[in-house]
Amino acid sequence: MSVAVTDPREHRTAEQASQWKLMWWAFRRHRLARWSLYIVVALYAIGALAEFFSPFDPDAASARDVFHPPQAINFIDTAPDGSWTIRPWVQGHRLVRDRFTLEQSFVVDPNRKIYLSFFGKAEPVKLAGLFTIERRFLTAAEQGERFFLFGADRLGRDMLSRVIHGTRISLSIGLVGVAMSLVLGLLLGGISGYYGGTVDMAIQRVIEFILSLPTIPIWLGLTAALPQDWSPLTRYFAITIILSLVTWTELARVVRGRFLALRGEDFVTAARLDGCSQARIIFRHMLPSLASHVIASITLAVPLMILAETSLSFLGLGLQPPTISWGVLLKEAQNIRSIAQAPWLFIPGGAVCLAVLALNFLGDGLRDAADPYAQDGR
Amino acid sequence: MPDTMQAAWSPGEAEAAPVVLEVQGLAVDFPSRRGVFRAVDGVDLVLRSGRTLAVVGESGSGKSVTARAILQILDQPGRIAAGRVLLHRHHTTKGAAASGGAEEVVELSALAPRSAAIRAIRGRDIAMIFQEPMSSLSPVHTIGAQIIEAIRLHDRLGKRAARERAIDLLRQVEIPRPETAVDRYTFEFSGGMRQRAMIAMALACNPSVLIADEPTTALDVTTQAEILDLIRRLQASHGMAVMLITHDMGVVAEMADEVAVMRHGQVVERGPILDVFERPQHDYTRMLLGAVRALDRPSPRRLAMRAANPPGAPLLRIEALRKVFPGQRRIFRAAAPPVIAVDDVTLELRAGETLGVVGESGSGKTTLGRCVMGLFDGLGGRIEYVGRDGSQTNLLGLRESALRPLRREIRMVFQDPFSSLNPRMTVEQIIGEPMLVNGMLSGAALQRRVAELLEMVGLPATAMERYPHAFSGGQRQRIGIARAIALDPRVIVADEPTSALDVSLRSQVLDLLLDLQQRLGLSFIFISHDIGVIRYFCDRVAVMYRGKVVEIGETEAVCTAPQHAYTRALLSAVPHPDPRRRGLSGRHRYTEGA
Repeated sequence: MSVAVTDPREHRTAEQASQWKLMWWAFRRHRLARWSLYIVVALYAIGALAEFFSPFDPDAASARDVFHPPQAINFIDTAPDGSWTIRPWVQGHRLVRDRFTLEQSFVVDPNRKIYLSFFGKAEPVKLAGLFTIERRFLTAAEQGERFFLFGADRLGRDMLSRVIHGTRISLSIGLVGVAMSLVLGLLLGGISGYYGGTVDMAIQRVIEFILSLPTIPIWLGLTAALPQDWSPLTRYFAITIILSLVTWTELARVVRGRFLALRGEDFVTAARLDGCSQARIIFRHMLPSLASHVIASITLAVPLMILAETSLSFLGLGLQPPTISWGVLLKEAQNIRSIAQAPWLFIPGGAVCLAVLALNFLGDGLRDAADPYAQDGR
Repeated sequence: MPDTMQAAWSPGEAEAAPVVLEVQGLAVDFPSRRGVFRAVDGVDLVLRSGRTLAVVGESGSGKSVTARAILQILDQPGRIAAGRVLLHRHHTTKGAAASGGAEEVVELSALAPRSAAIRAIRGRDIAMIFQEPMSSLSPVHTIGAQIIEAIRLHDRLGKRAARERAIDLLRQVEIPRPETAVDRYTFEFSGGMRQRAMIAMALACNPSVLIADEPTTALDVTTQAEILDLIRRLQASHGMAVMLITHDMGVVAEMADEVAVMRHGQVVERGPILDVFERPQHDYTRMLLGAVRALDRPSPRRLAMRAANPPGAPLLRIEALRKVFPGQRRIFRAAAPPVIAVDDVTLELRAGETLGVVGESGSGKTTLGRCVMGLFDGLGGRIEYVGRDGSQTNLLGLRESALRPLRREIRMVFQDPFSSLNPRMTVEQIIGEPMLVNGMLSGAALQRRVAELLEMVGLPATAMERYPHAFSGGQRQRIGIARAIALDPRVIVADEPTSALDVSLRSQVLDLLLDLQQRLGLSFIFISHDIGVIRYFCDRVAVMYRGKVVEIGETEAVCTAPQHAYTRALLSAVPHPDPRRRGLSGRHRYTEGA
């Protein structure tokens, strides 16, 4: 083994990596967090471009396709003569009715192949209400044909399209809610940590009181108090506010802790002696040191928000149809019939798990990376 | 005393003492992301029983890593890459008794770090004392329990007998009332007491080798003198070989029989103490000794400056200053008694002079400096500042906004060069900040001024766009100084600006401060615990003890003819970097009321 004699002290004087670069280096070595980052980015992209990614209109019902089972996508198309081509297709299903019980069921129709095409043309829709698009990520090659990769619900609506549209609401409610609790948390936590003393005491007791309240009943009570005739959009914002009323406390504690630690640092004293105003000490000297930690806590707070929204909607007190969120979709899977007859209605639950796990791993990775100076071996 | 010491150093007898521990060609690697860093590179050392080998070097020289490699307690991911560590057990009293005089050599470097074999060696044959007495003892066990554990790990001894032995050990290390001290917890002990307890623990099994890794660095100078005294007496009575790791040439001169000077992981010079101190062969040793000796007398440059330009009228008058920290309110108990950090201090700083404030930890010297900066409320007394136009202002009781213009004239340099620079700002932003917020300069003019300031403190202008962590301790301290002089101040309060630096950097930073004093006409209040630094740099010195100034006067007068008993005790405890002037045993001890 060749031993390259390198002295880390010399390296240190030679390079000028900024804090963010160090954080990125540390983050990159955390493989799980890196993959989680890709998943989170992909989920948010899907949510933002929901109209493009969903093959159909999520609200288009079809009586013929009630509880249509999921179809597997095939890529190799074998012709009867034995030759084959690469072309995506799904096996068609046929609706049959039992002659005696009149029970409906779907059977595979071996003669029917529904060909799919990527970036094919479909009905024009407005992307996020801004501009019209004609092409979709995945459509039936023949316009008007329907296929169900995630199955269909009790009104024959395509679950895949509904999950994709639900992504938009569920993930954004996390962001908007966290943004609100961030404002509250930074402000109150910052005041608490910077001034200390009586103010700190008062704010901390308030936080403890809020944390001692059982959250679900509070949320239930508050959402039940929302007027029923509010538009879905108003309701959406009202619910984000209700959710952030509780989650800001955690952020406030993180911020307070960091402020308390930083307040004693010599460089803060030095800034005071330089003649900086209090606002400048806080925003120019202390906040940049907090930024990385705050980002990590935000990443960990987003999944909490998503879960809270999902639980509320599942209980029927959060968002209401026709708004589509993962929680609203899961509400369909509340009864025993769906477990027995249409297990694919649980797919939104899988989406919740994926999003929450990815965000949690990402947050863990960011938190570990946020303190590049604290780690060994560097 | 000197005669007997001379005799003990004669080469013939040194050769006669049996070799207990041998380090041959030791190399330690630390693999990292950017390749392998060799922290120790081909080190040879020999420890003889009853002798003290001092391993001396500056931070990062690999001296602690060498010690840890001997006991196989290297931090991850370090590993021994080459070389051998041999313990000659038959040369130790215990080993000789066990083997009946037959040769028994244990190769420590060949043992696995977690094996039972090396665990049997640790503590029994080789014991170690660490630098931080605060963190090397368990806070949740009593002192006694920790010593008893060490005893019972290696010796078959009943609980009661082990306890007796622990009490006896505490008595040996001069802990008062050992019968009760044995049942007390670490936090009830002061730093010096903890280090004594740590030594008692190390001695629990009568080791033949004692490795002391900077045993007194975290302690005050008077406590240091006592601990060194103790180690020496215990060495004489137990016949131990001591490996003393230190950066302090004074401690080396006081303690060592042989010296090994380390730099960048290599031993650059080794030999008997008198040879190394009086006829150093290597340039680095010469430089180290030169730096230490320079600090033992007044700076010739300063004397010349004062002769040409004697200090003028008083600039800052501190009268009967008093700062009391209220005792912490506790639930269910009476409030803790208040702490009088600064007690009735009266001082005067003249224009163009350097006033030293010296004292041990807890003497209130740092609080005094911060009071002058207006960082505390609730002060008693007065601090009169004479402005450029001759107007007098009392700094106490001023509001933050009224203090702001005054803080442009009185600036501060901090002790810790790592925490005093914002890690998220570039050097340009850090140095430019005071000028920017005071609305003096901005844009290209600010950048030019920052470059000029950097040049004044001896850093290249290209340092501007870097972040502080790209600089070494000494360079960072220069950045801190550049920030302090940026506003063209008249007074600088320097709180231990050199104590975090290696000795070779200390005199450089002090010379830089002298240079700036001459160029900018500055006056300094210089706070330090290090008499050598004070003597080099300060015109007058105030000695603080428990919040009070016990003595004040010209530095040379105070250092050569101290008036107060505490000053005498403090001065006599300072180890001289000259092995012929050993004399800690002849030092004064100060007890209040004496």
